[in-house]
Amino acid sequence: MLGFTLKRLLGAIPTLFIIVTLSFFLIRTAPGGPFDKERSVPPEVAANLNAVYHLDEPLWMQYGRYLGDVIQGDFGPSFQYRDFTVTELIFRGFPVSLTLGGSAIFLALIIGTTLGTLAALKQNSKLDYAVMATAMTGITIPNFVMAPLLTLVFGVYLRWLPVGGWEQGWDQVVLPVIALALPQIAYIARLTRGSMIEVLRSNFVRTARAKGIPERIMITRHALKAGILPVVSYLGPASAAVITGSVVIEQIFSIPGIGRYFVQGALNRDYTLVMGVVIFYGSLIILFNLLVDLVYGLLDPKVRMQ
Amino acid sequence: MSFITKTKDGLVHGFLNSSRAFLIGTGLLASSMAALAPVSAQAEMVLNRGNGSEPGSLDPQISEDVPASHILRDLYEGLVGEAPSGDIVPGDAESWTVSEDGLTYTFKIRDDAKWTNGEPVTAGDFVYAWQRAVDPKTGSEYSFLLAPIKNAEDITAGKKDPSELGAKAIDDKTLEVDLAGPTPYFLGLLTHSVSYPVYKPAVEKFGDQWTRPDNSVTNGAFKLIEWNPQSRIVLAKNDQYWNADSVKLDKVIYYPTESTTAELKRYRAGELDWTYEVPNDQIKWIRDNMNDEFVVSNYLGVYYYGFNMTKPPFDNAKLREAFSLAINRDILMDKIVTAGEVPAYSYVVPGMNGYDPVYVNFKDMTQKERNEKAYKLYQEAGYSKDNPLTVEIRYNTNDNHKKIAIAIASMWKSVLGANVNLVNEEFKVFLETRKAKEKTQVFRAGWIGDYNDPNTFLELWKSDSGLNDTGFADPEYDKLMDEASKEQDSAKRMKLLESAERIFLDANAVAPIYHYVTKHMIKPYVKGWDADGKGHVNVLDHVRSQYLYIEK
Repeated sequence: MLGFTLKRLLGAIPTLFIIVTLSFFLIRTAPGGPFDKERSVPPEVAANLNAVYHLDEPLWMQYGRYLGDVIQGDFGPSFQYRDFTVTELIFRGFPVSLTLGGSAIFLALIIGTTLGTLAALKQNSKLDYAVMATAMTGITIPNFVMAPLLTLVFGVYLRWLPVGGWEQGWDQVVLPVIALALPQIAYIARLTRGSMIEVLRSNFVRTARAKGIPERIMITRHALKAGILPVVSYLGPASAAVITGSVVIEQIFSIPGIGRYFVQGALNRDYTLVMGVVIFYGSLIILFNLLVDLVYGLLDPKVRMQ
Repeated sequence: MSFITKTKDGLVHGFLNSSRAFLIGTGLLASSMAALAPVSAQAEMVLNRGNGSEPGSLDPQISEDVPASHILRDLYEGLVGEAPSGDIVPGDAESWTVSEDGLTYTFKIRDDAKWTNGEPVTAGDFVYAWQRAVDPKTGSEYSFLLAPIKNAEDITAGKKDPSELGAKAIDDKTLEVDLAGPTPYFLGLLTHSVSYPVYKPAVEKFGDQWTRPDNSVTNGAFKLIEWNPQSRIVLAKNDQYWNADSVKLDKVIYYPTESTTAELKRYRAGELDWTYEVPNDQIKWIRDNMNDEFVVSNYLGVYYYGFNMTKPPFDNAKLREAFSLAINRDILMDKIVTAGEVPAYSYVVPGMNGYDPVYVNFKDMTQKERNEKAYKLYQEAGYSKDNPLTVEIRYNTNDNHKKIAIAIASMWKSVLGANVNLVNEEFKVFLETRKAKEKTQVFRAGWIGDYNDPNTFLELWKSDSGLNDTGFADPEYDKLMDEASKEQDSAKRMKLLESAERIFLDANAVAPIYHYVTKHMIKPYVKGWDADGKGHVNVLDHVRSQYLYIEK
């Protein structure tokens, strides 16, 4: 398993290199630059700014400089937020995004699998239909619709929860996490239900039942372990979905996570900030997929053997 | 009370707890509101201000965005300050004299002007800050505002050393400034952050970290105590400020609010006391439901359509006039831009001190007459409803710009019969296309004045201006602008500028559409912002927190 992990980590290096290179040149091909504003600066000032940020050098030289810096873990200064370095912005934003995304995934896992299992056990009952209908709605309503709805109802009308901000109270976490988790809950519930129905009909479950194992233990210990496999492999894409979802959620709830830098960085042509976030997200997804594979191996001996 | 309960602030919670204890302890007394009043008076006075986006920088010489400018006006004080009305008042300089030729300003800095660490503010602090601003190494985007100071432009261009800047400290409290030419609006420039002093030991010691709460040393009514990017920026009252007795707020908290819809929700939920903006598509709802808290004020800005004069078809003056005439500004203000914006018939915003507004020649015609004249000019230019011109309106992607473009396109279609295509581009792409003058025909633009003088609008249209995206170039205009920049007599100077605008408007290089307004939601208990006694903020939208207070 150590060999497998090492191999995967080494394999990530060329992937990251391609990500850095592609994003570096792609964002440079976008028209406009970081210092283009409605009020454009006089040419002398523009020249000074470009010199300060080495934008006056040939592109290949900037690329080389950037690559060298990134290898040393330095993402450079932000062009838009000039009092901060990109590394600092990412490390300030990441704990926030991680709390938000992590809580959303955790919530989705707990509620999603529970609902899915219940629906599978009571297949074709009213409960099953209710869960599946709700899940379908959850998947179809995008979170940029769901989030404002939640804030309007629970923040503005009922005044139970704050509608924005972070770090000034635990209750600010509630609505954004729910908004981010809802589509995932729905998806995971559907996945669990489908796979559980299959598992509950399988031979080993019948054997277990025949041996007289109590139903509750049979489900939690045996059936669920097999039934949850598709959910585990879904966690990779789910984490990617939560990351992209948080871009929207952070904007709507004024949350100081990395997602907001992604959007604003691109609009402002804040080259270093965008690339920093891309590289960071890229590494994160690679890492997460690796973790998912490892967990899968733990749950499914067949995979481990290969 | 909703304001207090909604504030997630330890100190306010502390107050709530103690007030609860107080309520229990005093039994009968507590049931009367009178008993509560003294306790609320001791509570911290905190203002929660929505502030658009995360400031780009809190370094006065580097900052260039509007959100940062609001914060910097609270943190720093320049030589001059501004009253709530926007009028220039003494700031760190208690007085100043101007030489007869208008070229030398001598500022006397007040003895009690201090930095947050208790050190006195000196003339040398200003010299240091200004040299820093024009130094090419600093990369200051707004250094051009200091261009009137002698040698400033040469220093920025790298031709002279920053030490040669025409600003000298005669002694600790006397600052002498030599200008390259008389600049009647010089004091107005000094309200911008680029001219604020900075504390040299902090800048040199902490380098690019010097604006952080722990390192920053400022001289304004407030000091920086917390900066959480994308979350909030907290300022606390600065007891060292020379006029600290007049400052009523204990804290000002600035929140980045990029989404105006989300900002309005936070305001309605009681999390904000002041919004930076108001979503345009909800103005009707606001007027119906919370009109008392909706504050609309004139703003120093103009929204206009520019014509690319360097290429056919709009190198033809008749065509430009026809297209400007055919825009029904009243309908636009009535149906589309509805916050109370003013239909524009001039480029310079009317109401500037000493400037007699100049208008396009069709201002007093009815729309029917304008339309008839428009079609006549259109025909003279060789087009008609049977032989229509196809034009393109280009704007940056945005719902409001789109609505306006659609309306104007339909006016041009119905009045002239022109076929109009709409093209939108992402902002930075748009800026580049507009500047290139290759693809553009008609383009959206807006201009917000940097200071209260017509020069901030008219300097755009000099033939050598980098902001001149229409290609308008008129030697007579350039000559008048040049004369105005040298004229010391204020009245004569205004006349020269008026003549220049006359030439510009007659050329119809642009079609002015409306003059901007600022829109804020302000809770009824927030006081001290009223600029004219009629419920408006000042025309520059410079609302300094030092004048604000909360009265419940």
